[in-house]
Amino acid sequence: MAYDYAKYLRPGKLPHIWCAGCTYGIVLKSMIRAIDSLNYDKNDVVVTSGIGCCSRLPGYVDFNTLHTTHGRSIAFATGVKVANPKLKVIALGGDGDMTAIGGNHFIHACRRNIDITVFVFNNNIYGMTGAQYSPTTPKGAWATTAPYGMTENNFDITSLAIGAGASFVARTTAYHATHCEKMIKEALEHKGLSVVEIINACPTGFGRKNKFKTPTSMLLWMKDSAVNVEKAKNMSPEELAGKFTIGVLHKEEKPEYLETYDATVGLKK
Amino acid sequence: MAKKLEFMMGNHAVAEGALYAGCKFYGGYPITPSTEVAERMAERLPKVGGRFIQMEDEIAAMASVIGASLAGVKSLTATSGPGLSLKQENIGYAMLCEIPVVIVDVMRGGPSTGMPTGPSQSDIMQAKWGTHGDHPVIAVTPASVQEQFNETVRAFNLAEKYRCPVYVLTDAIIGQMMEQLEIPEPGELEVIERPKPDCKPEEYLPFDMDKEFVPLAAFGSGYRYHVTGLHHNSDGFPTNDPVLHTKNTVRLIERINKNYDDIMKVEEFMTDDAEVLVFAIGVSARSAKHAVIEARNQGIKAGLLRPLTIWPFPDKHIDNILNKGNVKGIVVPEMNLGQMTLEVQRVAKGRCQVEGLFSLMLDPILPGEIVEKIRRFV
Repeated sequence: MAYDYAKYLRPGKLPHIWCAGCTYGIVLKSMIRAIDSLNYDKNDVVVTSGIGCCSRLPGYVDFNTLHTTHGRSIAFATGVKVANPKLKVIALGGDGDMTAIGGNHFIHACRRNIDITVFVFNNNIYGMTGAQYSPTTPKGAWATTAPYGMTENNFDITSLAIGAGASFVARTTAYHATHCEKMIKEALEHKGLSVVEIINACPTGFGRKNKFKTPTSMLLWMKDSAVNVEKAKNMSPEELAGKFTIGVLHKEEKPEYLETYDATVGLKK
Repeated sequence: MAKKLEFMMGNHAVAEGALYAGCKFYGGYPITPSTEVAERMAERLPKVGGRFIQMEDEIAAMASVIGASLAGVKSLTATSGPGLSLKQENIGYAMLCEIPVVIVDVMRGGPSTGMPTGPSQSDIMQAKWGTHGDHPVIAVTPASVQEQFNETVRAFNLAEKYRCPVYVLTDAIIGQMMEQLEIPEPGELEVIERPKPDCKPEEYLPFDMDKEFVPLAAFGSGYRYHVTGLHHNSDGFPTNDPVLHTKNTVRLIERINKNYDDIMKVEEFMTDDAEVLVFAIGVSARSAKHAVIEARNQGIKAGLLRPLTIWPFPDKHIDNILNKGNVKGIVVPEMNLGQMTLEVQRVAKGRCQVEGLFSLMLDPILPGEIVEKIRRFV
């Protein structure tokens, strides 16, 4: 029997706003399966987002949902979590949302190691505003604001998260839907700030003008470029050229922010 | 029973007022001359079961208090001019999404980094129009350490009652000075708790456009709903319908305007027979009161209208005084270049002369300077 997504989707809110060929729907389904497998009470789950295509996701799911201002997903989520630590807080956003306008909130949430689960939907472009370059647009790639090709260096989101102190960091792709579900689940189970970078495809904004003629070709690019992090350990730099790793890239046990705060200040409960 | 008296700094009194009102979350960012509010909250909140967090910037601080409020907790932040500018994006969010929070602005000289340690009253218009779009605003204006406490309690009450952000608009003098504070007993001041919805969760319309007031359910309380800074329908989901956009915007503004009598608070001092009216808030109102007494001593029928709510603007109170027909002129002393004066002129509609007394000198406007202005109308 097919998996029943309906119990997590708000009736009457579909169709979604995403373009044909966009991979966000795949991630939405992976996310629902992961949350379902953890048996969370829907009343205890909060999903926040910023501005951009993926930030419309919370509107479709039947949780406590908060579509905030551009880049501020994690900042709002922090207030929710500190005010009520019992809530399971998921903060999501795109590559521009999380690492450009919201970059400060991203690194400081990682530094605090507050128990929030962050999903970064990385499609290498500002899709909603019409294909402007983002901090993850590859050098040389075309964007409407890089008509001669991207001239800036780009962020590796996972390295940024690890460097800033996140205690769980993973990468997955929309093509690897079951792997994506697994990474989301592990991130949710982890106590502390967890980041999952989810490689996504924007055929409309990015693909068409960057030699990915079809949505399928973008999915095949994910399939061909992703290397499991365990397998990558035995590969040479030459073999890894042009590829990226997927899997749990960093995991450590360290004190969670609110536990430390409550113990240090002797919070009177 | 003996009154509980303390000698306290204005910024600390704001913090104590917030705690009295039941505030359990503070999200802030350090900025002169408001930082003592944060320091006091950092120390005091854990003792009453609340939490403090110093966020990475002003924008995040504002976001965090909105998030905390949605989780059902009364929340406070404090800042000053440049910080308030940064907060404006999310203040607009709280206005549109009807989320109660209290924002303290300890005014300093601007624009830009300006005069960080110098007092000012130059955020009056920033409080009103700082965020984009048409929106309702409530701002209270204390003029003493006691009022820093009491008006902060009132700000929380107004925020909860009207489901909106409320400013405590104070200044570097009132915030930094020390005065006697009588701490009210529990129950002595009214404290409004957030109403909870009593409908079935599936019938809950958090932004019901056909109702004036809808209780705001806390995240986690079983009422799952959507909040967005996009214009939204009664159920909280985005709509591009210009008719609904208009209806909801007007509803939010009218909710404040209609309840003018409840939200407005003024002190009227010797206004009954006043021929010259002084209109002032905060630290300038303290000088103005002395000026009115001095003018009376000189045989001039002067009076003071001191709003403790500056937004919405006290149009009706000004009207009532002007309708008596005695007032020849209004003096508006303010520590900026005329932000309130323009509003008073708007309300006066030419019925009398309105003259501003402006100062950027970082010292309070002195009573003598105000008396001099009053005398010009005699």
